[in-house]
Amino acid sequence: MDDLLLNQFLLLGAVLFCIGVYGVLSRRNAVMVLMSIELVLNAVNINLIAFGAMNQNIAGAVFALFVIAIAAAEVGVGLAIILIIYRNRHSVDLNDVDAMKG
Amino acid sequence: MVAQNLFFYAFAALIVAAAVAVVTTRNVVRAALYLVTVFAGVVAQYLLLAAEFVAVTQILVYIGAIMVLMLFGIMLTRARIGRDVALTHDTRWMGLITALALAGVMGYALVDAFGDDPLPHDTQVATVAGSNTATVSDAIFSQYLIPFEVVSVLLLAALVGAIVLARKDRA
Repeated sequence: MDDLLLNQFLLLGAVLFCIGVYGVLSRRNAVMVLMSIELVLNAVNINLIAFGAMNQNIAGAVFALFVIAIAAAEVGVGLAIILIIYRNRHSVDLNDVDAMKG
Repeated sequence: MVAQNLFFYAFAALIVAAAVAVVTTRNVVRAALYLVTVFAGVVAQYLLLAAEFVAVTQILVYIGAIMVLMLFGIMLTRARIGRDVALTHDTRWMGLITALALAGVMGYALVDAFGDDPLPHDTQVATVAGSNTATVSDAIFSQYLIPFEVVSVLLLAALVGAIVLARKDRA
């Protein structure tokens, strides 16, 4: 109980990841699903930084920065797509997006 | 070192509580504000691991830019400001089972693989020598230059794509 353990950060990342997965699976509002995906990406970043600190390798921080940049791109395109769905269907409820249902 | 553990568990509890609130609250705007709390708690964990450049980038990009985009998305899709009962599926228990099973498997695997491995002393914020910002920039602009350029092009493509998708007068 004196040093920080690697597993503290990894387990925190795992819990955050699972909460994000639950959000993606259970939310009906498309914007809320995007928010849950952000939780998942943050969990991954905690793991990258923790492993980088463990192995004393700067690659963890570098790839965390790449993940942050890609998350920004993903949110931009994702929100544009949600806006088109809203414009065409007047709803962001994922149960209403069923045009490809057989 | 006890202070670091206290800091870790305080912010870990904050992160988990706010993340649970994000996925369970019935209010869309409140979920966005809880998400800011999660991001801020993650910043604290980065600082604890002496990754201060990533922490500042997280504040700028996540709290500064992505959350503003999210709030724009909430407003432009005219989500109900206030309680909204139609925010979760009726079958959310399936998501709950999936998440709990995933948590069990990952928790077991992590405890089994890494046990009580301590982090090295000089990567913890109390004992680290100087800052690692210079090391990060050296790595990005030498070893990881090509991935960095690829990410730049990806961001440009996403920017153009978002504008093309969202504009109204598509010719």
